[in-house]
Amino acid sequence: MSETAERVKKIVVEHLGVEADKVNEDASFIDDLGADSLDIVELVMAFEEEFGVEIPDDAAEKIATVKDAISYIDANKG
Amino acid sequence: MFDLTGMTALVTGASGGIGSAIAKALAGQGARLAVSGSNVEKLEAFRAELGGDHVALPCNLGDAAAVDGLVPAAVEALGGKIDILVNNAGVTRDNLAMRMKDEEWDQVIRINLEAAFRLIRAAAKPMMKARFGRVVSITSVVGQTGNPGQANYAASKAGLVGMSKALAQELASRNITVNCVAPGFIASAMTDVLPDAQKEALLGKIPAGKLGEGADVAAAVVYLASREAGYVTGQTLHVNGGMAMI
Repeated sequence: MSETAERVKKIVVEHLGVEADKVNEDASFIDDLGADSLDIVELVMAFEEEFGVEIPDDAAEKIATVKDAISYIDANKG
Repeated sequence: MFDLTGMTALVTGASGGIGSAIAKALAGQGARLAVSGSNVEKLEAFRAELGGDHVALPCNLGDAAAVDGLVPAAVEALGGKIDILVNNAGVTRDNLAMRMKDEEWDQVIRINLEAAFRLIRAAAKPMMKARFGRVVSITSVVGQTGNPGQANYAASKAGLVGMSKALAQELASRNITVNCVAPGFIASAMTDVLPDAQKEALLGKIPAGKLGEGADVAAAVVYLASREAGYVTGQTLHVNGGMAMI
């Protein structure tokens, strides 16, 4: 697992209070991990802080799964 | 009941008449405060009067960048958390609409409404993380009833009510409540200067037969800021001696 993936999963576990083994890359934040729209906003803000990236609203809307988050961060972090 | 020990609060407009009463009441219930105001000397004097380990954070609420920095500064000064935000600061620039200048409109909306939004937006982040927050904005009876010469002020105060209802819905699941307190006529520097005849006419409209005190408003704020008020959100608590029953 990449370093980005490790850090993303850690944030997801912390913010959503889910079991670490449920946070696989195909897991959907809303459908599988029980997140609501406010959780998504919190996660996006946490990713921005952790990785020093800016995730604009239109990009954030496309982040549905753990893998989506990891890919976006890997493609855009400095 | 209504014990605020261990809680931290940011109060804007804290050196003014109603603001200082609110700050004293919150501090009296045990909260640690960051008091804000635009008049640095007045604010420092008020902070000294409060005593304790409260902090003063001067801020010009007409300056968007300064406003955006206020909550982070308060969080830092208060040991990393903000439990209570009281948007009390407000200005009037009264004029009949036909004579109202763009600047008079802009200034009132910017300070009374936009600054409150900016502060809530900033405070929501640490409050969401903490899964606790109390936001209380001071609106006015005029926001519900209107008042000639105050189109800008009435709009800003009605705006606070609508905004608070929207934010109450957004943040309720995180144990963050967003409410308003709407004072009627409160004895202050603003009402002291009214001519006696006008005061008499005013009192005739107030069933309680007297002007309110800052402490009357402060008690409502303390309630809404307390842990006990956790199931009350999106509401406006009117403190007006019965002059308007809404």
